[in-house]
Amino acid sequence: MMPLTPTLKFDAERDPSFPKQIMARPGGEKLFGCIQCGTCSATCPVSIYMDYTPRQIMALTRAGFKDEVLRSRTIWLCASCYACTVDCPKEIKITDIMYALKRRAIQDGVYPKRFPIPVLAREFFKMVRRRGRVTESELVVRLMLQTNWLGMVKMWRQGLNLIRTGRFSLKPERMRHAEALQPIFAGGEPHLATRTPRHPWEAES
Amino acid sequence: MKFSYFPGCSLKGTGRAYEESLLAVCRALGVEVLELDDWNCCGATAYMAVSEAAGYMMNTRNLALAERDSHELLAPCNACYLSLKKTQHYIAEYPSVAAQATGALAAEKLSYTGKVKVRHPLDVLVNDVGLPAIKKAVKQPLKGFKVAPYYGCQIVRPFAEFDDQQNPVLMDKLFQALGAEVVRYPLKTRCCGGSLTGTLGEVGQRLSFILLNEAQRRGATCVATVCPLCQFNLDSYQAEMSRQWSPVRMPVVYFTQLLGLALGLDEKALGLQRCIVPLPAQEVHA
Repeated sequence: MMPLTPTLKFDAERDPSFPKQIMARPGGEKLFGCIQCGTCSATCPVSIYMDYTPRQIMALTRAGFKDEVLRSRTIWLCASCYACTVDCPKEIKITDIMYALKRRAIQDGVYPKRFPIPVLAREFFKMVRRRGRVTESELVVRLMLQTNWLGMVKMWRQGLNLIRTGRFSLKPERMRHAEALQPIFAGGEPHLATRTPRHPWEAES
Repeated sequence: MKFSYFPGCSLKGTGRAYEESLLAVCRALGVEVLELDDWNCCGATAYMAVSEAAGYMMNTRNLALAERDSHELLAPCNACYLSLKKTQHYIAEYPSVAAQATGALAAEKLSYTGKVKVRHPLDVLVNDVGLPAIKKAVKQPLKGFKVAPYYGCQIVRPFAEFDDQQNPVLMDKLFQALGAEVVRYPLKTRCCGGSLTGTLGEVGQRLSFILLNEAQRRGATCVATVCPLCQFNLDSYQAEMSRQWSPVRMPVVYFTQLLGLALGLDEKALGLQRCIVPLPAQEVHA
């Protein structure tokens, strides 16, 4: 017999605490004011590539559809242009909500691990923790090696152009005293600097 | 006029022509800049979206370094500018962020009171130095230049503190004062794709292509930017874009490079040789 799957969710399958957790983050407090007008989806330059549009993400988050939201590609596609945040008639800081959702997806380990965008974010995170600064050329090479090394071959022309114009850094950019940032990575509490990693990506850096 | 200066990582890497031209122009116009001592990365959009507290703390450290120097803080990169501004706004608005953001300063005996002002060089050059003074210093008016002024996102969104949010005009006014023709360019604050050009090329590069294609269609001879990532995206993928969509060839320069040319500064000192699509020589030597 064909399995029957409901197209809607029963209350028991939702997580009503989820929207409250997202709203607790700065910028998320007005989530329940969303009138589903769709201005965010219309103004978003990348919504056409999203599995759920920003308007749908707002509705799903509010209704406690945690899994759908945290596993969506949408939250990673956001390019941080803030068009939705500025245009929202209810002044919801949608970009900040997308950030809160990304952080939660990483925390819960449900983000798409091979999708290039979180891979770049992870490499960026690790590099800043190591040196206090970012070397873009190295960052891109690391990204390509992990996600699309064939793509790197295709980018040979751009690579040569950057080398020719002196824009490809061979020497990593770093702070004189990157250890000055340790209290920051320890959460503002220097005495905790040797604690066990709290952020899932810390162990790798 | 003296400012603390926060270059950010890009101005030491792919965007070094921005630093070269900015410093040259500041020197020529009597603006003194002092690089923050041992500054750290602003975290851009990536870090804030991964670790919120550390993102705020990293910015607060840079703000506190500037407060120690007691000058206003010049931040030329749009992403750095926004990260610093956002941190200041959220510290003021949310007590929870304030407690988090300042929590790591004590170890370096730094403090943050909120009095430091973060400024973008476009604001400083046009509003503080002023167009009359700039006009007086022009040696080679930008005759024959048709510039599409491209502001990008994060200089006007979500905070627009020195220009109109929907239709910023400071660059337009600047280039007119320099003798250039300014092309009407309604896409002036549309997203260039940010880091998506590298992660998902077909998505990010398409956004950049739309911007260049429109500038071309409107008869621009160059696009001027105020952000290192915008410049990189628009300048360095044109071969790929032309192959994928339709031919596009458009020099993309920093606004400080055009200003420097008008002030008669040497093109090498302005880093113009670092453009992948070069400005045509007849324009430079007009």
